[in-house]
Amino acid sequence: MTETTTRTAPAVLVLEDGTRFEGRAYGALGRTLGEAVFATGMTGYQETLTDPSYAGQIVLMTAPHIGNTGMNDEDMESKQIWVAGFVVRDPSRVVSNFRSQRSLDDDLADAGIVGISGIDTRAVTRRIRDAGAMRAGIFSGEDASLTAGEQLDLVLGGAEMAGQNLSGEVSTGERYSLPATGERIGSVAVLDLGVKTSTLNFLAERGFDVEVLPQTVTIEEVRALEPDALFFSNGPGDPSASDRHVQLLRESLRDGRPYFGICFGNQLLGRALGFGTYKLPFGHRGINQPVLDKATGRVEITAHNHGFAVDAPIDRVSESSEGFGRVEVSHVDLNDDVVEGLNCLDIPAFSVQYHPESAAGPHDANYLFDRFRELVIASKENRD
Amino acid sequence: MPKRDDINSVLVIGSGPIVIGQAAEFDYSGTQACRVLRAEGVRVILVNPNPATIMTDPDFADATYIEPITPEIIESIIVKERPDAILPTLGGQTALNAAIALHDAGILEKHGVELIGAKVDAIRKGEDRQLFKELVVECGADVARSHIAHTMDEVLAAADDLGYPLVVRPSFTMGGLGSGFAYDETELRRIAGAGLHDSPTTEVLLEESILGWKEYELELMRDTHDNTVVVCSIENVDPVGVHTGDSITVAPALTLTDREYQRLRDIGIDIIRAVGVDTGGCNIQFAIDPSNGRVIVIEMNPRVSRSSALASKATGFPIAKIAAKLAIGYRLDEIPNDITRVTPASFEPTLDYVVVKVPRFAFEKFPAADPTLTTTMKSVGEAMAIGRNYATALQKALRSLEKRGSSFHWGEEERSVEELLEQAQTPTDGRIVLVQQALRKGATIEQAFEATKIDPWFLDQIVLINEVAATVAAAEALDTETILLAKDHGFSDAQIAQLRGFGSEQDAREVRHILGIRPVYKTVDTCAGEFPALTPYHYSSYDQETEVAASDRRKVVILGSGPNRIGQGVEFDYSCVHASFALHDADFETIMINCNPETVSTDYDTSDRLYFEPLTLEDVLEVIHAESQSGELVGVVVQLGGQTALGLAKGLEAAGVPILGTSPSAIDLAEERGLFAGILENAGLLAPRNGTAVDLAGAQQIAEGIGYPVLVRPSYVLGGRGMEIVYDSTNLAEYFDRIEGQGIVGPSHPLLVDRFLDDAIEIDVDALYDGSELYIGGVMEHIEEAGIHSGDSSCTLPPVTLGRAEVDRVREATRAIAEGIGVQGLLNVQFAIGAGVLYVLEANPRASRTVPFVSKALGIPLAKAASRVMVGATIRELVAEGLLPEVDGSRVPLDAPVAVKEAVLPFHRFRTREGGMVDSVLGPEMRSTGEVMGIDRDFPTAFAKSQLAAYGGVPASGTVFVSVSDRDKRAAILPVLRLQQLGYDIAATEGTAEVLRRNGIRASEVLKFHDKPDADATSVVELIHRGEVDVVVNTPSGRSARADGYEIRAAAVAAGIPLFTTIAELSAAVASLDVVGDGFDVTSLQEYQRRREGAA
Repeated sequence: MTETTTRTAPAVLVLEDGTRFEGRAYGALGRTLGEAVFATGMTGYQETLTDPSYAGQIVLMTAPHIGNTGMNDEDMESKQIWVAGFVVRDPSRVVSNFRSQRSLDDDLADAGIVGISGIDTRAVTRRIRDAGAMRAGIFSGEDASLTAGEQLDLVLGGAEMAGQNLSGEVSTGERYSLPATGERIGSVAVLDLGVKTSTLNFLAERGFDVEVLPQTVTIEEVRALEPDALFFSNGPGDPSASDRHVQLLRESLRDGRPYFGICFGNQLLGRALGFGTYKLPFGHRGINQPVLDKATGRVEITAHNHGFAVDAPIDRVSESSEGFGRVEVSHVDLNDDVVEGLNCLDIPAFSVQYHPESAAGPHDANYLFDRFRELVIASKENRD
Repeated sequence: MPKRDDINSVLVIGSGPIVIGQAAEFDYSGTQACRVLRAEGVRVILVNPNPATIMTDPDFADATYIEPITPEIIESIIVKERPDAILPTLGGQTALNAAIALHDAGILEKHGVELIGAKVDAIRKGEDRQLFKELVVECGADVARSHIAHTMDEVLAAADDLGYPLVVRPSFTMGGLGSGFAYDETELRRIAGAGLHDSPTTEVLLEESILGWKEYELELMRDTHDNTVVVCSIENVDPVGVHTGDSITVAPALTLTDREYQRLRDIGIDIIRAVGVDTGGCNIQFAIDPSNGRVIVIEMNPRVSRSSALASKATGFPIAKIAAKLAIGYRLDEIPNDITRVTPASFEPTLDYVVVKVPRFAFEKFPAADPTLTTTMKSVGEAMAIGRNYATALQKALRSLEKRGSSFHWGEEERSVEELLEQAQTPTDGRIVLVQQALRKGATIEQAFEATKIDPWFLDQIVLINEVAATVAAAEALDTETILLAKDHGFSDAQIAQLRGFGSEQDAREVRHILGIRPVYKTVDTCAGEFPALTPYHYSSYDQETEVAASDRRKVVILGSGPNRIGQGVEFDYSCVHASFALHDADFETIMINCNPETVSTDYDTSDRLYFEPLTLEDVLEVIHAESQSGELVGVVVQLGGQTALGLAKGLEAAGVPILGTSPSAIDLAEERGLFAGILENAGLLAPRNGTAVDLAGAQQIAEGIGYPVLVRPSYVLGGRGMEIVYDSTNLAEYFDRIEGQGIVGPSHPLLVDRFLDDAIEIDVDALYDGSELYIGGVMEHIEEAGIHSGDSSCTLPPVTLGRAEVDRVREATRAIAEGIGVQGLLNVQFAIGAGVLYVLEANPRASRTVPFVSKALGIPLAKAASRVMVGATIRELVAEGLLPEVDGSRVPLDAPVAVKEAVLPFHRFRTREGGMVDSVLGPEMRSTGEVMGIDRDFPTAFAKSQLAAYGGVPASGTVFVSVSDRDKRAAILPVLRLQQLGYDIAATEGTAEVLRRNGIRASEVLKFHDKPDADATSVVELIHRGEVDVVVNTPSGRSARADGYEIRAAAVAAGIPLFTTIAELSAAVASLDVVGDGFDVTSLQEYQRRREGAA
């Protein structure tokens, strides 16, 4: 546990509309800027914190008690905590779990994550819900004594999420590989745009030798590896600012290589096929979202973390303007009809906007990794 | 799939009387189901013998049968109503068992009626322990190692394999009845013996012990399309070993990582699929070994349960309502979420608050009972609280219990840390406070964990609360920061006052209000704020932003009755809910405040606004303040929520809040003995000779003056708390010893001492008074003589032995009392007629327990009418608009049906510390948990139905054992003779047998328990245990309940055979035996109503 002085030091959350929420410092002291978003999962704060998709964001947990089960090595979704800031109502004072190795406080402080606690998190959530995701800042320590005006100026000086390409910040610098752990069927090249450990594990379990590539990789490099399939991961940032990745994906699709994308990887497939993307008012961030699989009519409860979405017609099959044939929206969020998945009918490619690897979240959509495995097997058979 | 078009009518089976383990939550779920089905255009037929419920109100079904739940009766209803389907998943274990019985008897098939909500196969897989265990293992999950046993030999063999301690669980019983931990062979023989008996399949499961493991529950729902959602996770603060109904529980689970939680979710979904619940909900219980995370599935219920009611209130996701829709064919994604209205029900609620439920016990009613909490449920009610954090929710829940000592305190504590920890090892009512005191006095979290196995996270929260208390106590001044700190951890003004050494909570409140500190109100919205909520379901928080919407309407606040307890149960919720409906219809905005998750009143669909808050003066005043910010607050209804609401009247009035109806000072007139005597004197009415005393010496002096026996009772209590018949001055001294320290008698709450009227007929009257006109709801005649609490005695409506002149005298007396007190609204008066003299026993200007019974028996909506009277309507106006029938309840026509109310008692739930039964003699202190009603053309038939509904009725043949006190011997002769004529064998103890034989009754003689020459001899007790006695008649000799009758009654209760402790009940039962033979006719309330209207 960190020294209680941190816990009693004042801190303030400032939203770009000038709203201020005064509370107590949490994690590291100092200042942080980012896009304020709320996440509604009641479990899985460790997975959330270590999910690279949250890079650049100040994440507010709507569940009040955070930190109860501490931190462990097993539940890390990447090597580090990525959030720009952390907002919690009631941080735990003790850790209670048989797997726990460290306290959340320690990890936050060690990672230099500036947070705030003891504020009306529901009021902030409602504000974001009504006004949309906003730039925000958390100020504690010496920065707490800046004037309100100075703090607001800093917030307004921060970058808007729209238009940002953050892939470079979260992607691996070096290529690395994981061998298949399940019955081997081939290899997959994973473009790391902020990939989660669970995703890689699922791919390996489904029989893929996994080759994780930095986001700077070129199509020639991909081709040189001769992978059986290509996978684009989740990740932070605005998909409209990732032209190079879209181009790489188009090249790969033209090669006929099977493709599966998750989250950011869904938005990039959308763009590759010729659809636009747009920013949602406040995004989907939670582990209770009902998604309809249009093929089966079944509803799966899914983990979401996306601020952008693909703009495609949900009630009919469309034709890819980029020449990839027919495309259908395979999955739809039942809360707001947002596109949650794309399925190409003429090429071996599909993607989902949500997180079938869950972590955190329900396992209802794990089957999509099986679907990918089958797609790759079928596509190999066709080639043979 | 959308709604099925082949289901046009559905028979809903209710849960019967309120008993421990199956209570008001099934009224909530059943009422929701009935409303939903009718809204879907389905014709609803309901069977439930419990008149106190809202679901049995004729407005909620097309045909309401207040009839016993037996296969024969249900078949009669099926024949008459021809339903397409039966829905048994909303009426608890009772309804599920009835469905299985109907199926097994071939009745469903014979009449082509489909079971919806759960298939027989699914019910069996969920409930049969062996089948379930196999299924869990097939799902790849773990179960406790176990063996099934059908005989004691099999039980002992299983114990050899599993070792001690082990768990015993009888199959097919509700609320964990009969289950428990056995630490050695003696205990095993006792618990498993009882379990084999209680199980309808003579089957018990013996299991390895998982005592001290963490316990969790998931509430799941699944539709025909295999869409499955987990509505809520619940974590038990008390670890495995305490029944979940008796545990403090919290939602959501707070000490699981996502990985562990998702594992429970995966197992849960696999199980609900494998069991085959495909149109409804289920509840699954898990245990987790805190040291290594091993998960064990404990059990599942393929139906709506107590936990699902809690989960519905905790999340805003109405499980019963959705279950009813699934049962008629809808899919989850076709059903909208009520609260957001734009999102579907196929999602999992997420909470941005914490919910804590605490159980309420009634051990004070059963002083001989062992208060140790086990896997058999013993609580009689519960309170729930919502807070933005655990500390707040816990503290709010504890003060919602309205029980002395239930809240954390920082006053004197003489016990040492060691003593406190030692005591905390045994789970009991109030253990959480012991833990708080131990931690406060320096126990470490590790020590407290060692003693209780309560998760260290929860223990640290108590440490946190203690630290905040210390900060509050030590603060230089009670400033804004200090108050907000305390309030954000759930401290009440009263607790702050104690910590600051203030004279009263009022002082703390004033400081707080001067500083401008008030709670805000947040919304339960199922989605943690992600979508706007359209349902005003609120809870308080000392946060920044309030969500109470402004309104320009006229508002009425209705105070609910808090946690159910013996003496204050679902009947009061019935009245509150009716008031809400009636006032809503009269264009008021209704605002309900209550903290009982089991009830209909805390359904967000019931009132215009719902505040889930403790019913303390502080919490109520704050809601009223928040609601006073807009619109016009007309006033607060306090006379419907039992003693809980009534107890707040004075404080509210003092704070300037308008009280609707009878004023608090008028309420005082009735409660204060001296003032009430004045009213009676003015009206020329008599009370039994009486006096009041504040101590033993005073009481003895009064008792000498008026002569023993006397009836003693504390003022301002409900349910006859502390009420006893005292026969001499030694008795009286013993009484004072017993009640000492309970704080129920003192200078401000004197003891009432009345002459006890032996052999008098007791009469209960419920009436309405609008300031000038009296309207009798009903005149009820008790079947037992005076001296047995009205809540425990059976009664008949209309009275069957009172003449018109007597009823008229009662009517006149009621009018005089109503006028004298100044009643505006409801009045309940208890009379006794002894030797032709009418005595007034007591008068209560509030809703009584019998309001729903009267309403259903006679079709008079008393609570609705009362609420209108409280806001100014006159009885004349209400008659004119058709709300009240023209003829009141004192003029029941001769051809009207007779309704009999019978009490249901929980004696078989309790054991003494030595493992024996607690005594089951009735007395002036109420001990029943619920009631049933029998209604038919005449008294014997109605009485027979009431007996059938309450305990299965008297068997048609067999041996009746009779042992009565000397004063009852004369009265016993006729009924016993009739029993012999009807073919029963009669057995009796020596004295009774002698009297019977002299009167020509062949009675075989049986030894009394205490007259056994040696241990191997056979006394009546052994005969009962061996199943050789079918009915027991035993009246206590009066002076001491421990007289030899105790063993006889205990054996009868243990054996589950009919037991009569008064001759009056026996006589009524005997009269009813003549009518039982050919089965019963069934008639719905709506049919009775049509007949009444036809006659009028």
